[in-house]
Amino acid sequence: MRRLRVIKDKTARYLMVLIAIFTLLLLLVIGISLFLKAFPIMKEKNLWVLLSSSNWKPFKGDFGFLPFILSTLYVSLIAIIIALPFSILTSIYLNSYASRTVRRLFEPVIDLLSGIPPVIYGVWGTLTVVPLIAGKIAPRFVEFSTGYTVLAGGIVLAVMIIPLLISIMVEVFRSIPQAMTDASLSLGATKWQTVKKVILRKSFPGIIAAVVLALSRAFGETMAVLMVCGNITQIPHSVFDACYPLPALIANNYGEMLSMPSYESALMFSAFLLFIIVVLFNGLSRFTLNQIEKRYQFS
Amino acid sequence: MILTAMIILGVLVYIIGTVFYRGLPALTLDMVTKVPGGGFYLGKEGGVLNAIIGSLYIIFGALAISTVISVPLVMYINFYLPAKSLFASIIRFSLDILFGVPSIVYGAFGFALMIYLGIRASLLGGIITVAMLIMPLMMRSLDEVTRLLSRDLPDALLSLGATKYEMIKVILKQLIPGLITAILLAIGRGIGDAATVLFTAGYTDNIPDSLSSPAATLPLSIFFQLGSPVEEVQNRAYASAIILTVMILILSFSARYFSSKFSKHKI
Repeated sequence: MRRLRVIKDKTARYLMVLIAIFTLLLLLVIGISLFLKAFPIMKEKNLWVLLSSSNWKPFKGDFGFLPFILSTLYVSLIAIIIALPFSILTSIYLNSYASRTVRRLFEPVIDLLSGIPPVIYGVWGTLTVVPLIAGKIAPRFVEFSTGYTVLAGGIVLAVMIIPLLISIMVEVFRSIPQAMTDASLSLGATKWQTVKKVILRKSFPGIIAAVVLALSRAFGETMAVLMVCGNITQIPHSVFDACYPLPALIANNYGEMLSMPSYESALMFSAFLLFIIVVLFNGLSRFTLNQIEKRYQFS
Repeated sequence: MILTAMIILGVLVYIIGTVFYRGLPALTLDMVTKVPGGGFYLGKEGGVLNAIIGSLYIIFGALAISTVISVPLVMYINFYLPAKSLFASIIRFSLDILFGVPSIVYGAFGFALMIYLGIRASLLGGIITVAMLIMPLMMRSLDEVTRLLSRDLPDALLSLGATKYEMIKVILKQLIPGLITAILLAIGRGIGDAATVLFTAGYTDNIPDSLSSPAATLPLSIFFQLGSPVEEVQNRAYASAIILTVMILILSFSARYFSSKFSKHKI
């Protein structure tokens, strides 16, 4: 009887170790297998040519990723530029000004915003943001725009990353010791001065980390952006041009690429590119955030 | 600042409002009880039952796999490894990164994996890929709850002569609300994601009858219907969007309910 208990315990332990190792390896396995799939195209073409050429004719064997990379960057940057002021101000409000009740009432709003599926954001984007740009905003600046533009992608993405930004920033602001803000207030500083000179300055690394994390989320977002940004292979020259981000490229062409090995390899290359960038960005910002959390946990 | 907060609240209401406003007229009982009939994508009769059932099959399959892996892992890093173990923090760190990996990359990886294993776009492929997508989220949220648990209970159990395995069985009962929250969050992420199932689960008008047959999913169904030039079909896309949104709303609120219940009984 006693033996059986011990055997059970030991088996469970070994199984758990196996699972832990499996989880740890998953990241590596994803990276390596995407790399192996992308390897043929990297061997065939110069890496620099792949990244800097804007010549995209897959059926002639030309793979220039520049339009897609720039589209991804533009859309994500616009999203951050729109989302950042909203997120910072709202997080400050929730952290320093709002009463407990308001804070608790606002939690489900953030939860819901981050829980709404990308496809629903896409539907909302095509229903409201796209016609708004085509009908109201674009005619003021350019002659014609379909509305399926960089700007539409940026606006939809901005709404999608706001909950992520707010939830991280609130955590970061909360990690600032109460004594520090109390000291500032007791010296006669107003609330706003305290926010500006103490809280924002002190949490600068955390805010940067949150932005980087949100950027990497924006890079990888597929469905919602694909539905509103037009998907035309070109380098967008203004925010009212259509664009074609990397994830949309993968999603749109997966069906037809199987007939051509180099096409498949090229798409896998873009997945690999996304993976590397996102892992780097995530790694850096998570590391910073963990340091912040640790520093204040024991002080 | 109050203004920005109000705008964010307003956008949420606006999104849900738009979807309901456009979708409600097209939302009929047929939508949820029938599979697409002939000419469905030209505006003829039928519903999206195939996609609803397909999504449910995939999410529950994925949930089964990821629960079986997540629970032991979380127990291991919390109760087997020492409190400040480097290995545990490496695992947590890599889970955080995995959580950030975009779903399209999981989709591409799942697809590569399926080619390697010789599986075609199928229910099984979708289940495996979605399981990978929701695992990091489930593990991290279960881990957060487990860390809040008081250390007295495990210590008491061990001092009574229980093996670690027996201790885990008792602790798991304490963690049930936390586990449910983690599961609901995972369902919410998995059920709404289209990019992972795009290449791995395929799309079909039928309800899948085996693990190797392709399966439709709700997000993809919305996406395909929206791409149709026929207005009626587009309206049905909005109606399907309501179905998905309502599912997410229910999930989100019950997750909140269970997590508040948990914090109430925290020792």
